[in-house]
Amino acid sequence: MNHSISLTVNGARRDFVLDDPRVTLLDLLRERLHLTGTKKGCDRGQCGACTILVDGKRINSCLALAISHDGADILTIEGVARGDQLHPVQAAFIAHDGFQCGFCTPGQVMSAIGMMNEAQAGNDPERIRECMSGNLCRCGAYAGIVDAVLEAQGQMDETNQRRSA
Amino acid sequence: MKRFDYVRPANVTEAVAAAARPGAVYLAAGTNLLDLMKGNISRPDRLVDFTHLEGLDAIERLADGSVRIGALVSNADLAHDADFARSYPAVAEALLSGASAQLRNVATVGGNLLQRTRCAYFYDTASRCNKREAGTGCDAREGENRTHAVFGWSESCIATNPSDFCVPLLALDAIVEIEGRNGRREIALEALHRLPGDTPERDTALEPGDLIVAVRLPPAARGFAGHARYLKVRERTSYAFAVVSAAAALRIDNGRIAEARLALGGVAAKPWRARAAEDVLKGVAPTADAFQEAAWRALTDAKPSGDNAFKIELARRIVVRALTLAAAGTPARLPALPASPFASTSGAIHA
Repeated sequence: MNHSISLTVNGARRDFVLDDPRVTLLDLLRERLHLTGTKKGCDRGQCGACTILVDGKRINSCLALAISHDGADILTIEGVARGDQLHPVQAAFIAHDGFQCGFCTPGQVMSAIGMMNEAQAGNDPERIRECMSGNLCRCGAYAGIVDAVLEAQGQMDETNQRRSA
Repeated sequence: MKRFDYVRPANVTEAVAAAARPGAVYLAAGTNLLDLMKGNISRPDRLVDFTHLEGLDAIERLADGSVRIGALVSNADLAHDADFARSYPAVAEALLSGASAQLRNVATVGGNLLQRTRCAYFYDTASRCNKREAGTGCDAREGENRTHAVFGWSESCIATNPSDFCVPLLALDAIVEIEGRNGRREIALEALHRLPGDTPERDTALEPGDLIVAVRLPPAARGFAGHARYLKVRERTSYAFAVVSAAAALRIDNGRIAEARLALGGVAAKPWRARAAEDVLKGVAPTADAFQEAAWRALTDAKPSGDNAFKIELARRIVVRALTLAAAGTPARLPALPASPFASTSGAIHA
């Protein structure tokens, strides 16, 4: 039996007919939309390389069935920059060498954006490390990742202060 | 992954009917189920997706002082609910010590209760496992079993229940509301999970079609808010299952323990209540000696199931330390590393 679903992906509405209910959001993004920035690492919810935002919350797209997410609003790494202007988290990862091979980076960036939305860690490096523990980096770029997130968090705090001033 | 039929029932009654059929299972967030399906450990014929049903995702304060948590409330939403975390701090700390932020954002209350063991032999389909496939044997019994059960195990199965959430819930006398083929009923959380005996393939007391719709904490559970902690030893600081954990909650009046609650995690096929330890703490001052005595009582009946005798001594020390932390008072804000004995702000000296 075929199932129809609609998703908003990086601001654009997309309709799909699924002839197999086993398709995950990760495979849908990569195979049907060719949005290959979202990476398939472990495919079992352990590494975080597949992190995307669904309705503003970071999730592991490898453990989410597409069929169960009809109507969801999805943001992937391809949707975070504005044209040539990088998202502050992306720019901070470059400034602080928050990667080596780069495979985990889209997941790290999406997770950091999700974490800042959650507003639980603030600018405490220990809380940032804890809140980012769902994203593994086998090159071990963790020190640069934490520095990047700290800088991006600081920029966001400044922007918010300017807005409220 | 085996192919399955996917159904979206219109209401709870339809959901129960659909899930009561052989080979059917409920789908909530799927964070545990899809992992098991990808590994061919679970091979359901039909998924009954009830995530769109109304009325299952609320945190309600009831008039009698209870709290009722809908089965579809996410682990993160519950832990970050300010009033809930203030009233039941050990539950919030346990939730935030489990899994990763990505998983907690979707994993549900009901799903957390029903997550399956993390025994490596259960996960490895080339191994014999009575829980995965009844009657095949248990390769954990003579295998790598340093993290396995020290309470309530049998020759058929020495697996442990991996939930953090269930440990403080059990200490606080949580009640599980179930919708089944014969209507609504409720059972104590303590009666939800089963010990393995000769039938380890059955994790819980649930019958075909049974749907957990809510978890309730009774009015008395709020009385421990000032002195409640969860402590969890794991093999890395974050994003790991418990080797041993403990939830400790005290009600202290005039320098004496009016009532103590204690439960252990990672030690049995179910979260483990330590009532004998609670009894020796009643009416005494919260001293190191009293906590040592409680820890001995809590582990009296523990028995290694393999290369895991160390867990018994580890559990004693975690009990003492969790009680010490609870007696010192719930911190105003959860520590940066929830439930970690290595957190720089844990506030406890070595037990």
